[in-house]
Amino acid sequence: MRLEKDEIEMLEGKRGPLWQKIIKSVVMYGEAFGAEKLVPLDGAPHFVTSFGASMIKPYFEILDEIIQNGIKTFKPFTVDPRPFDPQNINYSFLEKILFNFIYGKQEKCEEQLKKLGLLDDKAFTCTCYLDEVGNIPKKGQYLAWSESSAVVYANSVIGARTNRNSAGIDVLCNVLGKAPYFGFLTDEGRKASWLVELKVSKVPNPQLLGSAIGLKVIEDVPYIVGLSELIGNELTKEVKDYLKDMGAAAASNGAVGLYHVEGLTPEAKEYGKSLLKENYRVYVIDDDELQKIYNSYPVLWKNKEAKPVACFIGCPHASLNQIHWWYENLTARLKKQKLSIPVYICAAPDVIDTFKKEIKTFEALNSMGVKLTSICPLMYMNNPLCAKKPIITNSNKLRTYSTARFYTDEELLDILTKIE
Amino acid sequence: MTIFKGRPIIPGNVKGQAVVSKKGFNTLASFQKSIIMRARKAICSDQDNTDLYKKVLTDKVLCIPQTIGSTTGGLVILTISKMNIGPRAILFSEKIDSLAAAGIILTDVWLNKRIVTVDSLGKDFLESIKEGSEVEIKEDGTVIIE
Repeated sequence: MRLEKDEIEMLEGKRGPLWQKIIKSVVMYGEAFGAEKLVPLDGAPHFVTSFGASMIKPYFEILDEIIQNGIKTFKPFTVDPRPFDPQNINYSFLEKILFNFIYGKQEKCEEQLKKLGLLDDKAFTCTCYLDEVGNIPKKGQYLAWSESSAVVYANSVIGARTNRNSAGIDVLCNVLGKAPYFGFLTDEGRKASWLVELKVSKVPNPQLLGSAIGLKVIEDVPYIVGLSELIGNELTKEVKDYLKDMGAAAASNGAVGLYHVEGLTPEAKEYGKSLLKENYRVYVIDDDELQKIYNSYPVLWKNKEAKPVACFIGCPHASLNQIHWWYENLTARLKKQKLSIPVYICAAPDVIDTFKKEIKTFEALNSMGVKLTSICPLMYMNNPLCAKKPIITNSNKLRTYSTARFYTDEELLDILTKIE
Repeated sequence: MTIFKGRPIIPGNVKGQAVVSKKGFNTLASFQKSIIMRARKAICSDQDNTDLYKKVLTDKVLCIPQTIGSTTGGLVILTISKMNIGPRAILFSEKIDSLAAAGIILTDVWLNKRIVTVDSLGKDFLESIKEGSEVEIKEDGTVIIE
C-alpha cells in the first residue's frame, strides 16, 4: 500500500504504540483487499456495537485503551439500538434477570461510547440516515460504517461509499479518520455483476424481494430492472422505506452491500446499464419465485400452531411514515377493540419523539395496544428465553437471525385485528 | 497427498484436523452459544449449517468459502480468540471477506494471537478436503491435505 509520510511515521510507532496498532490494523485490513492507499473519511460514522454484553470484553478493552489516550472518532457518531427497554417492553421476571445478566455492562458501554464521540443520548438506532436522526451522508462521501442494513442503504439509496465493515475495524478507521480504498469505495467495486429482472404482476413485498436477491447474489452487486416501473422513479418517503426494507433483507439473507435500481437510485440514474460488468449474470424474479421464497421460510417454533404472543415491527427501525401506515391501517380495521396481542413498533428515539408530538395519534396507538420502543428486536430475541416465544414479525432480517415467524404486512393486519 | 496454494493473510506453519463447511460460515450464529455459555470448547450452534452444526470448532482447521452474516462477525472472532476457543487456522476457498479479515487482524494486532489464515485456495480445495483430514499449512500459503 502506498502510504503518506505521516502514515508511515505512525506505522513506525513515532506517534506511540497505540496509534501504531490502530494504523497497523487498518493497513493490514486494506492490504487483504489490495487497497492501494488510505483515503480521508468525509461522513460521520455509524457503528453496529451498542450493547454492553460482558462477553465482548476484548472489544471494550480496545475502546478503553483508545479512550484512556484521549482519542475520539473524527466526527460524532451514531450507533445501533440499545438492547433493553424495561419501560416499554413487557419482560417476565426471568427475562429481566437474564437481560440484566447478558447486558450487565450496558452503562459502562454507553459511558465508553460517550467518551469516544457518541453524537447524543438519542443516537441509538440502525436507521441513522432518517431525517429525524440526521446522520445523513452525501452522495460520493467516503464512510467506514458497519451495521449491514445501514451500509446497504447508504451505498444504494444515498450513493455514499462505505465497505461492509466489521465491528472493531469500523471504530479504528473512524478514529484514524481514514479508510483503505477498496471495494465499494472505488468506481470498479460499485459495478454490478448481476442483472435482476422483475417480471411480477404487482409491487413485490420488499422483504421477499430483498430476500430473493440476497439468496441469489450473496455478496455481489445487483442491478435491478423493472422495479421503478412499479414503485416510481422518485425517492419519495414511501420509496425510501421500501428500499430500506428490501436492502436489509438482501443484506441479511445474503451479504449485499450495494444495489442499483434502474431509473431510481442515484448511480443507476446517472450511469444506467453502464454499471453492469461484462459477462454479468441474469436472475429473473416472477410471482412464483417470490412465493417459493416465502414458502421456504422455516417455522422455528416448537409448536408450529402456537398462538403468537407478541409482534415486532421495525427491523430495521421503522420510519415516521411507517408508524403512520400502521396506525392508519390498524385503526381502519380495528374499530374500538384492542389488538389481539401486544405489538411493538421499533423506531429511532428521535422518530418516536417526533411521533409523540402528535399527542392524540400517539395516545390512540397506545390505547389499541401498540408500544413504541427503540430497542433492537434482534437483541430482544437472541437469548434462550425469548427464542422459545412464538413471536411474529414483518421483518425478514429478524426472521433470519431469530425464531420469529415472518408474515406479510397484510397478513399481520389480519392476525392482529382478529379478535377472538 | 493433495497440495493447494493460496494467499497467506496471517502466515504461519501449523498442522491440524479439518472441519469443513461447503456454504458460507455464519460467524455469529456459529459461535454465539459457546460465547454466551462461556464454553471451554466452541461447538457450532448454527442450525442452518448442516455441515458443521454441533461439531467442535476449537483448535480445528476451519475450511470454508467465506464468512457471512452479522457485521459483528469480526468482533466474534476477536472474542473467541480471547477465550482460547477459536480455530487454529482458517482456510478460505474464495477471497477472504471483510468481516473475517477484520476479526483475524484485530486478533493478531490487539491480542497478539495468530489464527493462521490462507485465502483464495480455489473451489477444488473445498471439494477435496474432508472432515477429519489432517492438514498442514506452510508460511507461504501452501496447504497440504494428508
